[in-house]
Amino acid sequence: MKISYYPGCSLEGTASDYEASIRTVCAALDIELVDLPDWNCCGATAAHSINHKAAIELAGRNVAIAEKQEMDMMVPCPLCFNRLKTAEKVLTGPEKNNYRYKLSGDRIKILNIADFLADKKILKQIHSKVVTPLTPLKAVCYYGCQSSRPPKITGARDYENPMSMDRILKTLGANPIQWSFKTDCCGASHILPLQDVAFTMIEKLYKGAVEAKADCFVVFCQMCQLNLDAYQARINLKLGTNYYLPVLYITELIGMAMGLTEYDNWFGRHFVDPVRMLRDCGLA
Amino acid sequence: MKHIDPTCLKPSSALAKSLFDATGISVSDCFQCRKCTNGCPATFAMDIFPDQIIRLVQLGLEERVLNCSTIWICSACETCTTRCPNEIDIAGVMDFLKERAVNAGIKLPQSRTYAFHRSFLNDIRHRGRIFEGRLMMDYMIRSGELTRKLWQNDMLPDMGMGWNMLKKGRMPLLPKGIKDKQEIKKILS
Repeated sequence: MKISYYPGCSLEGTASDYEASIRTVCAALDIELVDLPDWNCCGATAAHSINHKAAIELAGRNVAIAEKQEMDMMVPCPLCFNRLKTAEKVLTGPEKNNYRYKLSGDRIKILNIADFLADKKILKQIHSKVVTPLTPLKAVCYYGCQSSRPPKITGARDYENPMSMDRILKTLGANPIQWSFKTDCCGASHILPLQDVAFTMIEKLYKGAVEAKADCFVVFCQMCQLNLDAYQARINLKLGTNYYLPVLYITELIGMAMGLTEYDNWFGRHFVDPVRMLRDCGLA
Repeated sequence: MKHIDPTCLKPSSALAKSLFDATGISVSDCFQCRKCTNGCPATFAMDIFPDQIIRLVQLGLEERVLNCSTIWICSACETCTTRCPNEIDIAGVMDFLKERAVNAGIKLPQSRTYAFHRSFLNDIRHRGRIFEGRLMMDYMIRSGELTRKLWQNDMLPDMGMGWNMLKKGRMPLLPKGIKDKQEIKKILS
């Protein structure tokens, strides 16, 4: 099958491990990713915070291009997904004439990667290719904010307790632990300007995961991944804690369960080394 | 929150009306159940709680809300917007107030956050996409963090992070841009 693909800026940079795992896993599942031609940044938090009009137009330009492609569009970054969906809603709503772009609104569907991969047909395909079941993995799925909320924009039905990644993990043979912090905020871009605030929010998630007796997080948001992974050592140092919680992308685990050897390379780009945890539970 | 003497209060609907005209958000629907504040993950760092922001907007106490930290502490996680029983887009109110504070030229209490947003939009304006390495440098200079960290000999953690990113192949040396840069310039003009 073919699907339009909007990678988003960080997948070209700090989330190159995520990008590599998405492309490799999709190829192995016979999903052809067609990069959205000449896509631009969705505007992210900066645009919607201080320039509402630009926020709608930056994201809207991408949706307009996607509509011309006439293919459903898959988005790995939950914030990009949220901004594109917001633009779609505004540009087909009562204020649509205030902006540069016109949309029809019903020609394509915009999907976040977890919902896309948790589709029954794709799950079946994944299931048929699992060679290393992840049964011993003790993981919590962490979804973050933007793929679920607000449901009027995202269209999510299980926004207080999302299950898409949990379903994928079950297909891979694991039994994800249910916990209360699936959609709590990681502090997102506060990590640069308001680091103390972000650290407090992140530490709450570490604590929740440890209390749930999990050994790792499974995510599909590269911003959550960066905050939880790259800053773990600094948080331990600052708060005098001793957390060791690798943060894995759901696509990396799909690849691993499917026996794709590239996962070594993806894991090698993390800050908190997942290999020790995987070895301890007999998976590596 | 600092005590407001109710006898001196002159309520005005001007701010609530501007908000409604610009965004369609009606704060008069709020009956102060405080569900927004109870679910907010960032209240520990706020000077005014989200339900109080809504109340102050209802009363038209503009100076108070435009000068508070809360609107910049909000991480736009949308929990309040999702849970409000009266369907008030509270995170949308925060965005409206941020933009209004910037346009009013107010001295912002969280200037680093604003510097980050400025650097971010500036980076988009150049190439249509974010180049994280350059964004970081622009932010460090604009926010004054570079000077502060050099002065306090506190550059090591950031340099370590940058070096690790580079080593792990997560920090490309050259940016990617889009073809139709003119279009982006028009959007961000």
